[in-house]
Amino acid sequence: MTELLEPGVFARRTVLRLALPAAGGLLLAARATQAQAADDVKVTIDNFVFAPATITVPKGTTVTWVNRDDIPHLVVCPSVNVRSKVLDTDQSFAFRFDKPGRVNYFCGLHPHMTGVVVVTG
Amino acid sequence: MGVAGLGDCTGSAVGLATEANDMNGEMIDSDGIDRRGFLRCMSWAGTAVVWTVAAGVPRSGLIGSAQAATEGLRFAQISDSHIGFNKAANPDAVGTLQEAIKRIGAAQDRPAFMIHTGDVTHLSTAGQFDTAQKVISEAGLTTHFVPGEHDILEDDGKSYLNRYGKGTQGAGWYSFDQSGVHFVGLVNVVDLKGGGMGNLGHEQLEWLEKDLAGRSASTPIVVFAHIPLWVVYADWGWGTQDGAQALTYLKRFGSVTVLNGHIHQVMQKVEGHVAFHTALSTAFPQPAPGTAPSPGPKTVPPGELRSLLGTARVSLVRNDTPLAIVDRPLAG
Ligand SMILES: [Cu+2]
Repeated sequence: MTELLEPGVFARRTVLRLALPAAGGLLLAARATQAQAADDVKVTIDNFVFAPATITVPKGTTVTWVNRDDIPHLVVCPSVNVRSKVLDTDQSFAFRFDKPGRVNYFCGLHPHMTGVVVVTG
Repeated sequence: MGVAGLGDCTGSAVGLATEANDMNGEMIDSDGIDRRGFLRCMSWAGTAVVWTVAAGVPRSGLIGSAQAATEGLRFAQISDSHIGFNKAANPDAVGTLQEAIKRIGAAQDRPAFMIHTGDVTHLSTAGQFDTAQKVISEAGLTTHFVPGEHDILEDDGKSYLNRYGKGTQGAGWYSFDQSGVHFVGLVNVVDLKGGGMGNLGHEQLEWLEKDLAGRSASTPIVVFAHIPLWVVYADWGWGTQDGAQALTYLKRFGSVTVLNGHIHQVMQKVEGHVAFHTALSTAFPQPAPGTAPSPGPKTVPPGELRSLLGTARVSLVRNDTPLAIVDRPLAG
C-alpha cells in the first residue's frame, strides 16, 4: 500500500534536512515506522528537466522533488494516483514509494517533462 | 529596423516546408524540414505588422495604426498576463498588464471587446484573479476568457470557472457570435497526458463538431485557445495533440483565424483558409523554439522588455479571408 507522506508543499528547511541521509533517516523513522532503511532520494527540476530522469530505489524510499526553475511545475504519477500541489520556485513535494514497480510521472503543467521511479522489492 | 529574435519558425503540424519571412519580405529557407506542400510560417516581434491573406498567399506590411483601422469588427487579444509572477524576467507583471490595458482603452481604433487567451494568473490564487480582473476591467470592454494551465492549479479549476465559467461547457469552452463572426473559445489545458502536449479531448471535440455543423461555410470563424492548436515545437510541448482533429471540422469554412497564447512570442502560419497566430504575453518573453535549453521566463535587458511584451489587435477585412492581425508591443 502506497501512502502519502507529505501531500503538499513543505518548507525548504525540511527539504534540506531530507537531503541529508542522517537527518532524513531520523525524520522518516519518526514519521513512518514501517519505512525500511532506505536513503531518501532527491529529484531536482532545472530548465524543465527532472534530474535524474530515471531513479531506481528500494521500496520504502521517499522521493523528494525540488523545483529550481523560476516557473512552477507539478508532479503527476498516474499509476499511484499522486498529484502534487503546484511547486513554485524552491518548493518541494515528497512521496514514499512502498510498492515495487515502475512509476512513470510527468509535470502536470508541462507534460513533455517526464521521469521514472523504478521501485525494487 | 530590427527584427528581434525569431528569425526562424520551427515545426508544423503536418510536416510541410516552413519558411520564415523577415520584415523586408525576403524569404529565408529553413532547411531540414520535409517540403511536401505549401505552408508558410512567418514571425515577427518588435513592430506592428498587419497580416492578411489573399488566395492562400500571406502578405505582410508595416503599417501605422490609422491604416490598420477598418470599418468592420475589431477586437483585441491579450494573453499570458501571469498575475503573481515576480521573478527577474519581469518583477512587475501587474504594471505591464496595466500598460497594455491602458493602450487598448486609449486607442483611437478602440476595439469592440477583448479576448484573453489564458494564463490570466500565475498560480490560480483568488488574490491573483482579483487583481487581474481589476486591471483588465479598466479597459471598460467585455472580455472573453479561456484558461491557461496556470489558471486551473487549484480545486480542479474551480477558481477559474467560478469567475469565467458561466454559460460554458465542460472545462470552460463556449462559442458566441458577434457582427457576423462566429467565435469559439476552446480549452486545451485540462487532462494533459505524460509526454504529450495540449489536449482538447473527445467531449470537447464532439461539442465543437456539433457547434460548427449548422453554420454556413461563408461565416468567418475565430477559434481561440491557450496552447497553440498547431504544433509549433513538440520538444517543448508547444502544440495540441488532437488539434488536427479540431481543424478537420474547420476546413470547409472560407475564413478561419486561430488565436493562441502560451509561447509568449508571435508566430504565424497559414494553411489553406486557416491562419494561425500566437500573441505576445504582457508579463514576460520566452525564448524562440530551440534557442535555449528550455522554455520559461527569458530575462532581457530592461530596455528591451517592453518591445517583447504586448497585445494583438484583430480586424475583419473581408468575409472570405482570415482576419487581419496587428501585434502591438508595449514599446518599440
Ligand atoms: Cu512543468
